[in-house]
Formats: sequence, structure tokens, C-alpha cells
Amino acid sequence: MYLADRSTPQGATSAQDRLRGTARAVSPTVLALGTVSLVTDVSTEMVTAVLPLYLVMGLGLSPLGFGMLDGVQNGVSALVQLTGGHLADRVRNHKLIAGIGYGLSALVKPLLLVHHLGALGVALALDRTGKGLRTAPRDALISLSVPPERQGRAFGLHRAMDTTGALLGPIAAFLILGVAAGGYDAVFAVSGCVAALGVLVLLLFVPSGKKSPAPAPSASASASASAADVPGERADLRAAFGLLRGRRLRALFGCAVLLGLTTVSDAFLYLLLQRRTGVAEQFFPLLPLGTAAVFLLLALPAGRLADRIGRRTVFLAGHASLLLGYGLLLWAPDLPALPYLVLALHGAFYAATDGVLPAAVAAVVPERLRASGIALVGTGQALARFCCSLAFGAAWAAWGDGPALAAAAAGLACCAAVAGVALRPTGDPR
Amino acid sequence: MTLTPLRRLLVLAAGVLLLTGVGAWSVLSAADRAAEENTPRAGGPAFAEGRVNLKDPGRLVFRNMAAGPQRDRLVSVPAGSPAGATRTASDVSCLRFHAAAGTGVCLQATTTLGRPSYRARILDSGLRTLRTYPVAGIPSRARVSPSGRLAAWTVFVKGESYGTAFFSTRTSVLDTRGWKLSPNLEEFAITLNGAPYRNADVNFWGVTFTGDDDTFYATLSTREKTYLVRGSLAGRSVTGLAENVECPSLSPDGTRVAYKKRVLGTAALWREHVMDLRTLKSTALAERRSVDDQAVWLDDRTLAYALPATEGRTGVEDTWTVPADGTGTPRLLLSEAQAPPRATG
Repeated sequence: MYLADRSTPQGATSAQDRLRGTARAVSPTVLALGTVSLVTDVSTEMVTAVLPLYLVMGLGLSPLGFGMLDGVQNGVSALVQLTGGHLADRVRNHKLIAGIGYGLSALVKPLLLVHHLGALGVALALDRTGKGLRTAPRDALISLSVPPERQGRAFGLHRAMDTTGALLGPIAAFLILGVAAGGYDAVFAVSGCVAALGVLVLLLFVPSGKKSPAPAPSASASASASAADVPGERADLRAAFGLLRGRRLRALFGCAVLLGLTTVSDAFLYLLLQRRTGVAEQFFPLLPLGTAAVFLLLALPAGRLADRIGRRTVFLAGHASLLLGYGLLLWAPDLPALPYLVLALHGAFYAATDGVLPAAVAAVVPERLRASGIALVGTGQALARFCCSLAFGAAWAAWGDGPALAAAAAGLACCAAVAGVALRPTGDPR
Repeated sequence: MTLTPLRRLLVLAAGVLLLTGVGAWSVLSAADRAAEENTPRAGGPAFAEGRVNLKDPGRLVFRNMAAGPQRDRLVSVPAGSPAGATRTASDVSCLRFHAAAGTGVCLQATTTLGRPSYRARILDSGLRTLRTYPVAGIPSRARVSPSGRLAAWTVFVKGESYGTAFFSTRTSVLDTRGWKLSPNLEEFAITLNGAPYRNADVNFWGVTFTGDDDTFYATLSTREKTYLVRGSLAGRSVTGLAENVECPSLSPDGTRVAYKKRVLGTAALWREHVMDLRTLKSTALAERRSVDDQAVWLDDRTLAYALPATEGRTGVEDTWTVPADGTGTPRLLLSEAQAPPRATG
């Protein structure tokens, strides 16, 4: 059963409809969650942007050998995501688990102020853990706050706001370093304050999504509607994995894993881009900006398009865009515009898939297992991408960058074809 | 807890005020501290603005790290009595610097689009810029060949590795005659343990040149091991010689390399050693502290290297010396100074 907008009375929604004209109702929950993500990403990216400088210039480290943790952490982060999703469904309070995740990331920021490598490692690991915990419940909250036909748009808006934060973070960090040369501690302190602000917005403006038979604790949360959710059926692990018995979720899970196995990680893609198109070295750090800018611009339109013409079509088009990017890199024609084209296609790939996948998952997972379902697919995808990174690295070492990319492109084409068949419509709603 | 929309906004406003206050306070105090770095300290070295000449054999040229307006500038002191001498300060600032025979290489930081960017400047003996090359990341090592003809530099590049590890390195070599740049040593053919070797995880750093302006030594890292390699620029190749050798520095007579050896698993702990290149036998030096630097030879018997300053600001280094044969004890050569090059004519 579809649950009406959880945080806004029907009348208010239609008033907003009229106010916003073509934009129509944007769920306040989505806006609030988008704001939380924006603010939190500003905080995270501030730290990420100055960390290398801090390690080398501030701590005087030669950082080779310190980076090994990173790959392992990605794997751990995926498993934490599964835990977060499961816990959120189990305690029937998505906001609580998401809040713990956001809170954890905010609380560890002061650890960065300690001039100690160990503390730094612990802080970064806990920050990742927080990120893993909050992802699935947050996406579940988004999906529970809008009607099925607007899921794509809601996720698109959320991802656009999220990416805006990621773009603003480094700018904020370097503004601070501009005012206070060597003021890494100030960057970390401000990052902590910004993260705390994110948690505050979450606490104040995001309804809990709590499902309890007790009366709604807040006037705005229409929890009574969800109380209809079958009592007695528990959201335990067996039920979570039982989701995979459902044909449509299994298809989505399988496709996410298959496509994840052939999605070359961003770091590799930028490296390929630099090697194969001759982008000057000093522009290397700017490449992720290109992807992010296109992702930011296209996330909302892609989400709306997905609502209109079908998530499967947009999701597959996203992967076609990535495949085209691989193709251009393989061909490597001597075009000045080539790097921009590849980055645009890469950004379009994210715009057409990153929010569309959870929207599709939300459509086939019952409410009481919503966070578990989203986490399951997200974890499968993340682990598959991690395996792809290892395999791609090995292939690059053994065959060189061209053949490795060709193999990835061939794999992606096959997997996309399989996904096209596996996800074909069966008369169900999109 | 019931909150009306108005109360929510009030709580939010209070939170924003509080957090803005804390943030502003931390930025302002950091700005104060940064201003302090530009104020000379009592007991610090004295400065005189003036000409710094890379060809003056009687003087040592190095990056000054003492607080004050001359922070990070290239300065010179008499080689005979460096400690306590008035430092002659140029107007050139560097994060890493090396010079020989009147050629200098200076790695600098600037900003582009609000992000940090870095460049390498080639300087003549009067510190005038001959050429500028953009570099891809945070400066790490810089070297000039004994004749002043070749220059090499290593930078840390972020995000260029498997599993998005934090860093890899990029080492470039420049021939100033004809200005031919080899942007990435990783393109050279590698021989390791007697066989051709190829792996995408290869990193090079810490080049040191011989007197023939072709042969060099460097660190090669792959599969979490480091090797001493000997290379040829003309042959575009390197060959592995020994394991667990980082940041080699060739002695003036060309018979030995000083290097840092990792002594405790993968921890960031190194001991400075000297290896005889004919026998590949190593001798540990009298310095017991962990040295994370590419040492320089002041002459055939003495090494100089930087260590974090024991008191004072983080990121500030003192320069120490120690005999190259494992005897003696470390001596402080210059405080608040990053290891200088050999004084050469």
C-alpha cells in the first residue's frame, strides 16, 4: 500500500503544488534530507580535500604506505550499510539509525584535531562507519515520503543536493586556509560544526518514519498509516534475505551486481582519461569536478525522466552513456573536447543511475523491509565495484590500460544486455 | 517532544548561532597563529635582505623555516660558521629546494580555482627563473645533478591508485640543455631480480644523479617493497640493485649512497644507512632517530638531513649532520632550516 506524504497534510501539499507550478510538490522530507546530505557532504569533503596537504605539510609525513587501509574500508563500509539497513527496519525507526550514522561522523571530527596518525585513522574509519550506517535508512526515508510515481524525482533532487555539498566542501576548506595559512585544525573544527548542523537539521526537520502501534509522537508524522503494516511479521535477517526470493528484487540485485562488476572505479577512470587523452598533469585533481558538475545538473532531470518514461530505460541509458565513455577513451580520437565529453558521459551515468536504482528498489520492496532492501542492493553493488577495482588493477598490470579497458567495455556491454532482458517490464508499475 | 514549526526554526537559529560562533572562533585563532608565524621570535636567527648566489662556494643555501617575514624563503649563511649567523634572505619561497653548480630547482605552491596547485621552477645562480613546469601534486623531493645540467623532482599525487588509496608518486627528470622533460619515470623499462618487470603499481621517488649526466639512482616501490635502482636516462631503463632502500643520495666521490631503511614492518620508522655500491654492504649511521629525508652529502665524510624541530611549530625542521661511516654523534647544524645542499662552486 502506498503511504501518503508523511510529513505534510494533503492540503498543504496541493497549496505547494500551485505555488511551485511545474516543479510541483517536493516532499519537505526530501528537502530536509537533501539539506542534511548537502551540509554533511560539505563537512566530509572539507576534510577529504585538505587531508593530503595536512599529512604532508602539517604532519610532515611521507604518506606512501598509509593508504592501504582505504580499499579495505570500502569493503567494511558496504557491510556496515547492510547492518544499518537491517537495524533501521528492525527497530522500525529509520531516522534513529540515520541519526546515529550522521551523529557518529560528526562526533569523530574532533579526533582529527589530535596530531596523531592513529587517531586520524580511527576518525576516518568511524566516519566511514557512520556513512555506511546512514545510507540505507536515509534512502528508505526518501522513498517512504513520496508517492511511487515521484520516486525518481525525489532521489534525483536528493542526489543533486548531496553533490552540491561535495562541490562546496573543498571551496570552504581552501577559503579557510586562505585566511589562516596552515590552519588545518580550523578546517577540522569548522567541518565538525558543519556536521553537527547537519545532525540538528535531521533531528528538527525529518520525521522519524517510525512504525509503532503507539500514537504518532509528532503532529506531522502520520505514523498511524503505517501501523497497518502487518504486526507480527518481524523485519529479521531471514526476512531481509528472503527479499531475494522475490523475482523483481532478485533481478535488480543481480543487475546491480553484474553492472557493478564492470563499472571501473572513478580513480581508474580519471587515470585512464589522463593517460589516453593527454590531459595535462596539473588538471588531474580537477577531473572529479567535471563529473560532479554534470551529475549535479542532470540528477533531477534524469530522476523526473525516470518517473515519466520508466526507471529501467533511464538506468540502462545511464550505463549506455558509461559504455560510450569507455568507447571514446578506447578510440581516443585527437579531439580537444574529448576529456570534457568523457567527463560529461561519466556524470550522466551517475545522474541516470545513482538515484534511479534505489527508486527502483523502493518500488519492489515492502515498507517494513524498505531499508533492508535498499541496503542489500547497495551492498551488492559496492562489493561488486570493489571486486571490479581489484580485477581491473590486475588486468591493467598484466595487459596494459587499453586491453583492460576494452575488457571492461565488453563486460559492460554484455552485462547491460543481460540487465535489459532481466529488467524487462512485466506489466507492473514502473 | 512537540515542536511547532516556529520553535523548530528558533532551535535551528540558536544552533546555527552557536556553531557559527565555534567555527568563527577556531578560524580566527588559526588566523592569529598564522600571523604569528610571520612575526620573528625572540632568540630566532637574524636576517638581512640581500643577494643569494648559488655559485658562492663559501655559503650554504637552504629553505629558511624560522618564523617571520622570511619564512620559507631561500637564505644563505657562511658554510664555515652556519649556526647563529645572520641569514641573507632572497625573495624566492620554496617548499622543496636543491641546487648544484649554479642551477637550482624550487618546488612551490600556488592556488588555481581555489584549489592548491604546484609548480617546479628552474633557477639560475642568481635565483632568476629560467623555466616553470606545472606539477601534479604535493612536492616531496628535488635534486640537481652535480654538473647542474639535470634536475629531478618527485610529487605526491592523490587518488591515482587501486582502491582509491591516498597517494602515489610522480617523478620527472629534466635536461636543462634543450629543456627535454621526461615527465614520468614510470615509463622507463624496469629490470627487477634479473627479469623485465611491469606492474601498474610502480612508483619512483628520490632521484640522485652521478657525475656523467646520464646515470642516476632512485627508489622504486612495487608490491609494498622498495628497491634501490640504477637507471640510465638515455637508455630509458632502470635496474634493481637492493631491497629496502629509500631516498638514496650519492656521495660526491660516487662510491656510496646514503639512504633511509625501513626498520619496523610498515611503520613510518627509518634509520639512515650508507651502502657501498661495490659490495652492497650497508652501515647504520650514528643517528638513532627516525630520518624521513633524502640526506645530502656536505663532503665525502659528512651527511646532512632534516629532522622535525624538537620544540616549536609542527612542520618545522632542523638540519643535523652525522659522520658517514657510522662513527661519532649527530650534531645540530642549523635550526629551523630544511636540509641544505652541498656548497658547490
